Amino acid sequence: MAEVLVYVDHVDGAVRKPTLELLTLARRLGDPVAVALGAGAADTAAKLAEHGAVKVLTADAPEFADYLVVPKVDALQAAYESVSPAAVLVPSSAEGKEIAARLAVRIGSGLITDAIDLQAGDGGPVATQSVFAAAYTTNSRVTKGTPVITVKPNAAPVEPAAAAGTVETLSVTFGEAATGTKVVGRTPRESTGRPELTEAAIVVSGGRGVNGAENFAIIEALADSLGAAVGASRAAVDAGWYPHSNQVGQTGKSVSPQLYIASGISGAIQHRAGMQTSKTIVAINKDAEAPIFDLVDYGVVGDLFQVVPQLTEAIKARKG
Amino acid sequence: MSLRIVVCVKYVPDATGDRHFADDLTLDRDDVDGLLSELDEYAVEQALQIAGDHTGDDAEVTVLTVGPEDAKDALRKALSMGADKAVHVEDDDLHGTDALGTSLVLAKAIEKTGYDLVICGMASTDGTMGVLPAMLSERLGVPQVTLLSEVSVDGGTVKGRRDGDAATVRLEASLPAVVSVTDQSGEARYPSFKGIMAAKKKPVESLDLEDLDIEAGDVGLEGAWTAVDSATERPARTAGTIVNDEGKGGDELAEFLVSQKFI
Repeated sequence: MAEVLVYVDHVDGAVRKPTLELLTLARRLGDPVAVALGAGAADTAAKLAEHGAVKVLTADAPEFADYLVVPKVDALQAAYESVSPAAVLVPSSAEGKEIAARLAVRIGSGLITDAIDLQAGDGGPVATQSVFAAAYTTNSRVTKGTPVITVKPNAAPVEPAAAAGTVETLSVTFGEAATGTKVVGRTPRESTGRPELTEAAIVVSGGRGVNGAENFAIIEALADSLGAAVGASRAAVDAGWYPHSNQVGQTGKSVSPQLYIASGISGAIQHRAGMQTSKTIVAINKDAEAPIFDLVDYGVVGDLFQVVPQLTEAIKARKG
Repeated sequence: MSLRIVVCVKYVPDATGDRHFADDLTLDRDDVDGLLSELDEYAVEQALQIAGDHTGDDAEVTVLTVGPEDAKDALRKALSMGADKAVHVEDDDLHGTDALGTSLVLAKAIEKTGYDLVICGMASTDGTMGVLPAMLSERLGVPQVTLLSEVSVDGGTVKGRRDGDAATVRLEASLPAVVSVTDQSGEARYPSFKGIMAAKKKPVESLDLEDLDIEAGDVGLEGAWTAVDSATERPARTAGTIVNDEGKGGDELAEFLVSQKFI
């Protein structure tokens, strides 16, 4: 069976969920060979084996942390050359897309980004994408070279499937470009203890109607009662009420959770682009004319300062 | 020292309009108004600020686009913001070019124009791939300093701040380099009346594929590295339940979430 290269996103050896989803998709196309780079790379092997990786290629070197993106491309290219895979799959993070882009140029292959599903087809993998602010769904193929495809979080369920997971050290020679962009400072993001926005099953977002940074506490309280991630509209972020890293929308993150609760968000196209593919959508807004109500499964026309705390208390009461 | 800045911009369909596919599964441009991609305005802004900060009078900002005749509108907008000149790559054979092909055309045009710094927006507002800056860096063989929320040029060094998912990093690279900036990099200026008038007199150079030594077969729909096989309009959502809060809106919403098994 053909081998499929899967780029592993991990934090010090802890594999992130989108990579496990990628392994589910990769198994539809062939035998997954995982590539794990940087500190803790070898520690990913057991988890990757549980999810179908027949082989895990690992490499660690200071270059991966000290320079931007290119050393990882050098390593992925080395893996590509050693395996000659039928496809290369990379998580659709900002960095993942850059790695995939450079690899595609180097190996002369077509690139598809932000796939929301992937199937084996007669002429190679068929990728489903959601485009024009989720107004259309397209099916695309790579027609030249080895398909390089980045896949969005929540594109597939995580399905364990035991495989050998043989660990091999990948030999990487860094090119001249690898050390071009130096990382001269690093401030890790403080953990909020909440799930990562793009990976969360439930997202609770606040917008202009929240009316102040301090009021985001009630959005956070609702999120915590549901074990959800917190999102914010661009208006709320531009006003400085919540960090840009939590922005949902065209210039922020796009999310596709099981449940999306929008509070005080009107639903401008910019925001809709980032959340329209959510499975169930709920909105709370005092303006009955807000366009967000066109999207909802359930909408409450009312004051979020009344509705949200009442909802939070009701959820807590039920969860006991 | 002179500083030649090239800003790559894109003419995109207005996202507030209804965007549709044409029969060949490319964007139907007749159906919707086009404009300079909002995310590229931030790139133009940073280019103008860097040029303004540059001591000496020889910093120059060139805006570059690949697109049909109408794409001149995007160049005019950037010129009216304050860019010095524009380059328009226009050729019928470019219709349907994908990201790989566009990066090839842009890289050749950038090399022909000459550059010390290339600045891009973080992504286009239509394709939203966000891969062009990395591809340009790869093709040009110069450092990529991308997704910056803060950028500055100091002598021959470009510095910036990149806010990633796991960490905020500070980056440094030597010029020449390719930079991309996010919508957090600083608000883009509005063109002044004077700027709009001055833009009409600024030079717009037109290039075609022959000028760039690119074979027609390597770009366009036929030469694309990817193919769209089908495009299906998303069915309209069935109308949801909308209730007015009469004092129990939160409790009733909790009931709905229970019925959907979220609680």
